[in-house]
Amino acid sequence: MNRPDEPAVRDQPGDHWDRRVAGGLAFLRRRLSGDYEVDEFGFDPELTEAVFHPLLRLLYRDWFRTEVTGLEHVPDEGAGLVVGNHSGTVALDALILSTALHDQHPAHRYLRLLGADLVFRMPVVSEIARKTGGTVACNPDAERLLGGGELVGVFPEGFKGIGKLYSDRYKLQRFGRGGFVSAALRTGTPIVPVAIVGGEEIYPMLADIKPLARLLKLPYFPVTPTFPWLGPLGMVPLPSKWLIEFCKPIPTAHLTDSADDPLVVFNLADQVRETIQQTLHQLLERRPDPFGP
Amino acid sequence: MTPGGTPGAPGVVVVTGVGRYLGAHVAARLAADARIERVIGVDPTVPGPEFTDLLDGVERVRLDLASLGSFLADLDVDTVVHLALVTAPDPQHGGRAAMKEQNIIGTMQLLAACQRAPRLRKLVVRSSTAAYGASFRDPAVFTEETEPREVPRGGFGRDILDIEGYVRGFRRRRPDVTATVLRFAPFIGSTADTTLTRYFSQPFVPTVFGRDPRLQFVHFDDALEVLHRSVAEEHPGTYNVAGPGVLSLSQAIRRAGRVAVPVLEPGLSGAAALVRNLGFGRYGLDQVDLFVHGRVVDTSRLEQEYGFTPRSTAAAFDDFIRAHRGGAVLTRETLAAAEQMVLESIRQVRQNVQERQ
Repeated sequence: MNRPDEPAVRDQPGDHWDRRVAGGLAFLRRRLSGDYEVDEFGFDPELTEAVFHPLLRLLYRDWFRTEVTGLEHVPDEGAGLVVGNHSGTVALDALILSTALHDQHPAHRYLRLLGADLVFRMPVVSEIARKTGGTVACNPDAERLLGGGELVGVFPEGFKGIGKLYSDRYKLQRFGRGGFVSAALRTGTPIVPVAIVGGEEIYPMLADIKPLARLLKLPYFPVTPTFPWLGPLGMVPLPSKWLIEFCKPIPTAHLTDSADDPLVVFNLADQVRETIQQTLHQLLERRPDPFGP
Repeated sequence: MTPGGTPGAPGVVVVTGVGRYLGAHVAARLAADARIERVIGVDPTVPGPEFTDLLDGVERVRLDLASLGSFLADLDVDTVVHLALVTAPDPQHGGRAAMKEQNIIGTMQLLAACQRAPRLRKLVVRSSTAAYGASFRDPAVFTEETEPREVPRGGFGRDILDIEGYVRGFRRRRPDVTATVLRFAPFIGSTADTTLTRYFSQPFVPTVFGRDPRLQFVHFDDALEVLHRSVAEEHPGTYNVAGPGVLSLSQAIRRAGRVAVPVLEPGLSGAAALVRNLGFGRYGLDQVDLFVHGRVVDTSRLEQEYGFTPRSTAAAFDDFIRAHRGGAVLTRETLAAAEQMVLESIRQVRQNVQERQ
């Protein structure tokens, strides 16, 4: 009757909650007495798993109904550079991507995001970014993370990608100087392009009030169907349907010597860009209704 | 090289700043090393009574750095250890003006004297990780090659940049001298008394709102070890000296059982300026910048070259906590007891409910 993995004493109905309360209290005690580890970039895995991921899980699973494909292209161990398209006025896509990857990948890998320095200029936001594993997008940090065998996420379009108008949705913007490619080449890390569909519709940006943006020292000031008209309610993202597809990795180990060759770097950046753009088109065909089930 | 002696081991060593904690301990440690013939401690002031026992084996000379030139030549000094740096303005001793005089003019005079000392073979200079400045665009981890992106706002950081500039000039003019520059993370330990140890000793600790910087410390004893090896062995170049690993400020405050009081950044900068102008407290913009940006360095070059790894930042900080238990507000034991109390009371309530059923 009794299976070996069953406890000797059968659980009472309240025991489950007892364990949760005890677990929660132990977590609180560890946090309050500083008994946890952060890495040199400020990444706090315990806090990320206990606080940030459960919140983001609600968003990516229940609100955006995200479907992830091509996870077999993300390595189970060792370094990888995940390069994606950026969209959505607020860079939610980066957070959704990292949570979905951690949840659904068999090795539950953390995606270490590279963020613009504006993120690290803002109090509170900068600390959340660091505690969830992010760091400043610069080559020394990217190469250090990749050299340590981490999975790094980067969005080479930067503000050009998230700050584009709704009419330009799913059109990849310029890829900058291709710094991400040279970081991958220098460390011999495979590049995994990823296409994200759904981010463009969460805050459709109808106009950009440039004078106000300059005044507030922001890269753009968005006007969406709900923002700024509805005030804080305008911050609620529209429930679009999300599709994320990881594409076949592009190996770079044979190109380690060409990290400083601009032609190789630009060609590789173009190849990544083309792959993402084509995959975006395929995904859009699979999703005729942006707010479908 | 000293004939007959251990290759690399020096004969006559001059240590500046023996009137201070670090200088006194380094001089005493070098004096205890049998390989070193003579240790001479130089300081413009008489070392405090607390160092008298420590400095037993050290010849002390009361001397201004300006008059060091003939002294170095006359005594056939072959190694100079420059530790006479002031990290924070001391309102009782001339404030920032005196600090700058001591740090910058003092170093210039010392290097000028060293340049003219014919027998000099080795120069060891104390620097600080403040050399990397503080900026939002900084990489997370500084290697020795990282250039500062912005000049720091604090006086000490600016002094450090200037001092390292003068040492670079000295290296060009005297390539025959082995110059070692050690960029130390903030010192911590059971006995060290620094701006930061005083900061963590308070029951309520001011922090910058919305910022949780990553900090690194080096244990005072490990700093002594590295300085000792720099004198006794040959290690030309610039090295980061810090305990591996990282503590975030909030984590350090919690481990020390203190309570953080977040203050808005502009307010804190203003308060730091005000406190300094009013002439009490020793916090400055150096500390505010550190508590906004944090500072983490890569120590692999030190580990490779010296074959020595300082104890980790967390271990060094633990040693400090053990010595400063007194002022703790919220200790680990209290928290564990509170946890047990809550669990126990839940159990009691449950039992009562079950009994009633």
